[in-house]
Amino acid sequence: MIKKILVILFFSLSANAALDVTISQGKVEPTPIAITQIFGEDSETARYGNTLRQIINNNLTNSGLFYTVNEDLYIQSDNLVEKVPRFEDWKLIKAQFLLSADVSKTDKGIRLRMRLYDVFNRKEIEKLQLTIPDEDLIRRVGHTVSDIVYERITGETGYFDTRIVYVSEIGPLDQRVKRLAIMDQDGHLDSHQFLTDGKNLVLTPRFAPNNQIITYMEYKNNLPRVYIYNLKTGEREIVGDFPGMTFAPRFSPDSQSVIMSFSDPNTANSELYLMDLNTRSLSRLTNDSGIDTSPSFSPNGEKIVFNSDRGGSPQLFIMDKNGDNIRRISKGRGTYGNPVWSPRGDLIAFTKLTQGNFHIGVMDTNGNNERVIVRDFALESPAWSPNGRYLIFHRQKRSNLDGTGGEVTINFIDITGYNERIIPTPLDGSDPAWSPLL
Amino acid sequence: MLKKLFMLIVAGFLLASCAATKTEQGGDADAASSSASSSSGGEITAGTQEDLIVNVGDRVFFEFDSSELTVDAQATLDAQAAWLMQYPDTNITVEGHADERGTREYNLALGDKRAFSVYSYLAQSGIDTNRMEYVSWGKERPEVIGSDETAYSQNRRGVTLVSN
Repeated sequence: MIKKILVILFFSLSANAALDVTISQGKVEPTPIAITQIFGEDSETARYGNTLRQIINNNLTNSGLFYTVNEDLYIQSDNLVEKVPRFEDWKLIKAQFLLSADVSKTDKGIRLRMRLYDVFNRKEIEKLQLTIPDEDLIRRVGHTVSDIVYERITGETGYFDTRIVYVSEIGPLDQRVKRLAIMDQDGHLDSHQFLTDGKNLVLTPRFAPNNQIITYMEYKNNLPRVYIYNLKTGEREIVGDFPGMTFAPRFSPDSQSVIMSFSDPNTANSELYLMDLNTRSLSRLTNDSGIDTSPSFSPNGEKIVFNSDRGGSPQLFIMDKNGDNIRRISKGRGTYGNPVWSPRGDLIAFTKLTQGNFHIGVMDTNGNNERVIVRDFALESPAWSPNGRYLIFHRQKRSNLDGTGGEVTINFIDITGYNERIIPTPLDGSDPAWSPLL
Repeated sequence: MLKKLFMLIVAGFLLASCAATKTEQGGDADAASSSASSSSGGEITAGTQEDLIVNVGDRVFFEFDSSELTVDAQATLDAQAAWLMQYPDTNITVEGHADERGTREYNLALGDKRAFSVYSYLAQSGIDTNRMEYVSWGKERPEVIGSDETAYSQNRRGVTLVSN
């Protein structure tokens, strides 16, 4: 929807902006940006402006790649959408970039106009005008503007106009009520929505790359099976008619198939299967007496990384998409799980358990250059941001015999290991998965 | 340990048959089960979950990352098989569980293997598979809350549940 609006109304005027992010030993120096008030023409549009400014400010700051210059320092306080800024004033307070915008009402709806300036080079580098029919889309406008600013300045693809599906948790740890829930990537409460009622245990949701469908596992009638959930229609449907447990589902990159584990009821041995959602045809990919689970496709669909204990302990393996050429890639000490292929294709994120702690790390796709990003008592379920720069995962505290503890949060971290923060959720949260750009 | 278990089992059979007679005479299952819920030395309805728990043992425990039945586990399952033979109308679901020291998905697979170990041992002991189902709960339903080995050792389990 927004995309359509953007195509119609997006006017980008700019030459190439240089990648203006300083990277020293992995730590990124955030780029200073000033965001003026987003001006309205009356109290209603001013309110939209405030909301938008907050969203943009939070997004850019939370990325770790920007910091917003303190508003108290601003020398110029005008609307700079139709007026050339006094660049010297902004340079003086060390704003490297400057964003100004206003909101007005037209007969087509709510209109936002935005200008992004490169203060040091004294020029406009982005210009945008978009109109939405009603205020329901305000948050998405904020995310879209954030993406444009992020992309223009860092040269990387944005990730703000995206959503996170996760498992919301409440209740005693031995009778946990789990519900599927979805929210904007910033976790804003206004965007939060429960998708299931908590009657059945649900686990491990994943987005389809086309973004309108998720796949997950549900204990319906106490039978653990893989389902798909159409976010547009609200329809839920079981994937296949299996006589035993199906679990650990993910979509193929073309969204046409689901890869998952199926536990043969005559052996209780888990193997990986690929089901074509159109033809419902099934292909078996692994055949080994060990556990085979947690599959993840490479973004080009040619390879699959998965978790197997075929060598005695849980490790990471890679195979061709048809199941050929299986080889182990995890090389370090400890046991590995949860491999997830980066959307950029170059890295695999994983969970590792060693010396009493869980670790979330990344490695090259051949297992080389393993690097731990975060270590704690209980960490799990890494998932990539669509631009491949960040991971989200869940972090759980120790629990105690009296039933206290065990709080679990969804956390965000730059793969450099910096800028970790909790993504707020109304209840506890686990098993996060990130949508592609909307 | 084994000896203790065995004695418990023998005692269990005596109690169970005793209770069975009483139930047959009384013919009031509700009264029997409500009296059974009063804890110490109360009457337990034969062939029920409580009978299984108190007089046989409803669960077996596993080593870390293992679905192999220990000697103790096999002894418990021998007793469960005998009990199931005694109550041929009883159907069961075997639940497989894991401790929290593994990923969610791996533990679902491991829980399934554990449940199946119990299921297939009982099947080999002569219990008709039509009477049995099994399911994995991974690490989702711990018996004991806590992040230490005491809790974990209780949570790595296969539990036999009377389903009818």
